[in-house]
Amino acid sequence: MKAAVVVFPGSNCDRDLAVAFRDAGAEVEMVWHKDTALPEGVDVVGVPGGFSFGDYLRCGAIAANSPICKAVAGHAERGGYVLGICNGFQVLAETKLLPGALLRNVNQHYICRNVGLEVVTSNSAYTEGYNAGQEITIPIAHHDGNYFADADTLDRLEGEDLVAFRYTDNPNGSQRDIAGILSPNRRVLGMMPHPERAADAALGGADGAALFRALTGMLESA
Amino acid sequence: MKARVTVMLKEGVLDPQGEAIRQALGSLGFDGVTGARQGKVIELDVAPGTDEAQIGEMCEKLLANTVIESYRIEVL
Repeated sequence: MKAAVVVFPGSNCDRDLAVAFRDAGAEVEMVWHKDTALPEGVDVVGVPGGFSFGDYLRCGAIAANSPICKAVAGHAERGGYVLGICNGFQVLAETKLLPGALLRNVNQHYICRNVGLEVVTSNSAYTEGYNAGQEITIPIAHHDGNYFADADTLDRLEGEDLVAFRYTDNPNGSQRDIAGILSPNRRVLGMMPHPERAADAALGGADGAALFRALTGMLESA
Repeated sequence: MKARVTVMLKEGVLDPQGEAIRQALGSLGFDGVTGARQGKVIELDVAPGTDEAQIGEMCEKLLANTVIESYRIEVL
């Protein structure tokens, strides 16, 4: 299984994400934001956390218009897997690969701590290693993670089982406690919490490791 | 030629920064401020003859996220 991790100026979780993919058995290649194509044979693209382009204009807005993002969108449109974490989720929302937007946290604070998440669906390559309804602990670290979408979009996400994770104790004001969502084909996942920071017990938690193991396992057997 | 784009969160989208401003004004003793909304202003130097439609395209593609924001264009 081959993963590509996109690096923007200001990305700071790119190497952590690469380690998480590698530990789960993937071959990993880093790609630069100015690259216009993904490496040959990439199965999954990781869009990492950080502060791409200094969060200028809106979080993720400049990154979403970078050359590599056209290639990432093409990969998604061909049915490829894309995992956006934190700033990566903001980028995927800005590219419109996922619906909605991430607003400033309702309490105005940058929040960096472990949170409880409910795995809402196990029906995806990312979440099949969990049981639906299972509670896991994953850290968040963001200032703009307050998920917003109009009521119709939220109803559709829930109706089509596209909410992947919910906060058990909503830290940031997200609508309907949403922490992560899937695309309609269930192959693009955007989430604010950082599973790559909880993928090794030595780092204080390993609840995120199952996500990477499940993804790698599914793509290996495919 | 200059153009000014004002980007605001849409009505109904919660604006925590605006709310913090409203509360701060209240604590300074400015009574009667019942709401505050914070947006951003982007001034563009554009080629002469650039029309509003072209600037509108810039807003749709980059300057505003129309899921949450509205924009207003003034050609100066």
